[in-house]
Amino acid sequence: MHLKIPGHRPSARQFAIGVPYVWLALFLLVPFLLVLKISFSDLQFGIPPYTPIATLQDQTLSLALHLRGYVLLFTDSLYAAVYLNSVKMALITTLCCALIGYPMAYHIARARPEIRNLLLLGVILPFWTSLLLRVYAWVGILRNDGLLNHLLMGLGLIDAPLEIYRTDLAVYIGLVYAYLPFFILPLYANLVKLDHRLLEAAYDLGARPWSAFLRITLPLSMPGVVAGAMLVFIPSVGEYVIPEMLGGANTLMMGRVMWNEFFNNADWPMAAAVTCVMVLLLLVPLSIFQYNQARQLGGRR
Amino acid sequence: MAMQDPRGMPRQGEADDFVRMEDVVKIFGDTVAVKSVSLSVRRHEIFALLGSSGCGKSTLLRMLAGFEEPTSGRIILDDEDITSLPPHRRPVNMMFQSYALFPHMSVEANVAFGLKQEGVPRHEIHERVFEALDLVQMAGYARRRPHQLSGGQQQRVALARSLVKRPKLLLLDEPMSALDKQIRQATQIELVKILGQVGVTCIMVTHDQEEAMTMASRLAVMTEGQIVQCGTPHDVYTFPSSRFVAGFIGSTNLFTGTIVVDEPDHVLIETDALSRPLYVSHGISEPLGMEVHVSIRPEQIRVGRQAPETESNWGHGMVSHVAWMGSYARYQVRLDAGQTIEASVSSLDWSQSDAPGVDEEVYVTWSHDAGTVLAS
Repeated sequence: MHLKIPGHRPSARQFAIGVPYVWLALFLLVPFLLVLKISFSDLQFGIPPYTPIATLQDQTLSLALHLRGYVLLFTDSLYAAVYLNSVKMALITTLCCALIGYPMAYHIARARPEIRNLLLLGVILPFWTSLLLRVYAWVGILRNDGLLNHLLMGLGLIDAPLEIYRTDLAVYIGLVYAYLPFFILPLYANLVKLDHRLLEAAYDLGARPWSAFLRITLPLSMPGVVAGAMLVFIPSVGEYVIPEMLGGANTLMMGRVMWNEFFNNADWPMAAAVTCVMVLLLLVPLSIFQYNQARQLGGRR
Repeated sequence: MAMQDPRGMPRQGEADDFVRMEDVVKIFGDTVAVKSVSLSVRRHEIFALLGSSGCGKSTLLRMLAGFEEPTSGRIILDDEDITSLPPHRRPVNMMFQSYALFPHMSVEANVAFGLKQEGVPRHEIHERVFEALDLVQMAGYARRRPHQLSGGQQQRVALARSLVKRPKLLLLDEPMSALDKQIRQATQIELVKILGQVGVTCIMVTHDQEEAMTMASRLAVMTEGQIVQCGTPHDVYTFPSSRFVAGFIGSTNLFTGTIVVDEPDHVLIETDALSRPLYVSHGISEPLGMEVHVSIRPEQIRVGRQAPETESNWGHGMVSHVAWMGSYARYQVRLDAGQTIEASVSSLDWSQSDAPGVDEEVYVTWSHDAGTVLAS
C-alpha cells in the first residue's frame, strides 16, 4: 500500500486549514498548557508566585506535582457549589435566549428581504458599543433609584423600588441581553435557508400551522438552535464582567472565583486548577456532543 | 344543480363538473396573474393545464391547493365550495414540483405524515402507508431517507404521500420536470396507469405539450392568465382555435390571406405566399374579404417533384434544409414568394437515396381537409 504524497509545497487547502491551526495552537493550546502547569505547582512568595514543577538539583531531576488546588476543589464544597451555580445560570440564560431568540430569528427569517437586513442590523447594533458600557447602562436602569424604578413608581405601579440590582435576576437580565445576538445569528442563518415548500407540503397533508412548525421547522432548525445554544452557554459559564457588575455578593460564578483567586488571594495554582476543571467540565460533554453531531451528519451523507 | 337534477341523472351531471372554477381572478399587487378563468373537470379525469412559464397555470394550481385565495370567483369541489378553505382542511393533495419530501424523515414517515395529522389509528396508518408504497413499488425502501433515493424513486414516494390520504383531487405540479429526459416517457405512462388504478381525479400543470398530450384526457391551453382553448388533446391539436394554440401544440405552417369565395361547404382564401388559392373544405363564420389565417400541420404536407394537377392547395419552392429524424424527414421548403414552410415526410414515402435534396425544386401539396381557418 502506497500513500501518494503530494508535492512539498503546501496546497491552498492545506494552507487555509493550517493558518487557523497554528493560530489556535499558539494562542489557545500553549496558554492552556501554561495554566495546566501552574495548576500543579504550589504557592510561594515571589515572582512568579508559584513553585516550578521540575527542578534540577545535584544531578537529580525532581518533578513535584502539587495537587493542593485540586484537592481543595473537591473537598471545599464552595467550589462545587460555584460550578453547579455557574452551569445552572448558564443553562437558564441559554434557555431564556432560546425562548426569546427563536421567535425573533424566525420572524427575521420570514420578513421581506428589504426589511430583513434592517432587522438583522438591529440585532448586531449593540456590538457597536463596548460591552462594559452597555452593562453600565443596565446598572443605571436597574438600580434602586434607576430608570426602571423611577418609571414604575412614576406610573404608580409600585410604591417601593424593586430590588433587582445586585441580585441574580440582574445577572440573568445582563447575560440574556449580552448573549441574545449569539443565539439569533446562527439560528437565523439556518431558518432563512428552510425550504418554504416543505411547509406547504405539510399544510397540504393536513398539518395546522402550529403542527407544521413543530414537526418540520423545529426539527430542521435544530442545528441552528444547537449552534446558538453553544455560543451562549460556553461563554456564559465563565462570564466575569456581568456577574461582577450586576450580581450581588452571593452570586457565585466561576469567573468571579477565578478573579478572586488570581488577584485578591494571589493564589495562582488554585485559580489555575479552577480553570482547568472548568475547561474539562465544558470540554468533555461538548466534544461528546460534537462527535455525535458529526456522526449523524456523516450518516446522512 | 348536478345533484338536484330532477330527471334522475345525477351521476351524469356530477361527473361533468366534479371540480368547477367559476370566474376565478387572482391579482398580486398590480399584476394580474389569473384573469377570469372558468373551468370544469370531470370525475376520474386527468386534466392538464398547459402553458409557458408565467401564464398563470401555477397560480391556478396553488388556488386549488389553498395556498392562494382567489381575488374573486369560486372554486367548487364535489359540490362543496372550497374557495377560502385553508389547505389543511381541503380534501386535496399535491405532488410538488421538486417533491418537497421531508428530509429529516424516512420514506415511511413521509408517507405517514398526512395520516398522522388526520389522527388515523396507528395500525391503520401502517397498513395504508405500505399499501401506498406497494402501489408505487417502493415498499422495500420504507426505511430510507429521501436523499438516499434517486430522482425517480423520490417521485414515487411523493406520489405515494399525496395519494395515501385518498384525496378527492390530486394536483401534480410539473411532475416530470425533475426527471431525466430518457425516463420521462415511461414514467408518464406508468403514472397514468397508477392514477387510473386509484381512480383519483387529477389536475396537472405542465409546460411540456408532449407530457400533457401523453397523460391528460383533456387539457386547457393557458396564456397571459387566461384559458385560450380547452378540449381533448386530439381536438386541440386538430382544431386549434387560434394561431397561438396552433403554434403551441405541435408546430404548424400559417398562411395569412383573405376570403374570396365563401360557400357552405368550402371557402377559398387567397394569400400572397402562394400563387394558388387555399381551398378549405369546411364552412366558416367569418365574412367575405376578411383577413384570416390558415394552419396546415407539417405531417399533412406532401413533397413531390411533379406539378400537381389541382387548381388549389399547392405551392412551388426550393428545399432549403432536410433533417432525417429516423421515422420521418423534416423538410424546410422556401416558397417562391419567400415564406418557408415545414413538412414532415414519412420515411415510407421516400427512401433516403431518391428523396429530394437541398436546393432541389419541389412542389408541396395538401388535401382539402388539411387546413384549419383561424380568425385570431
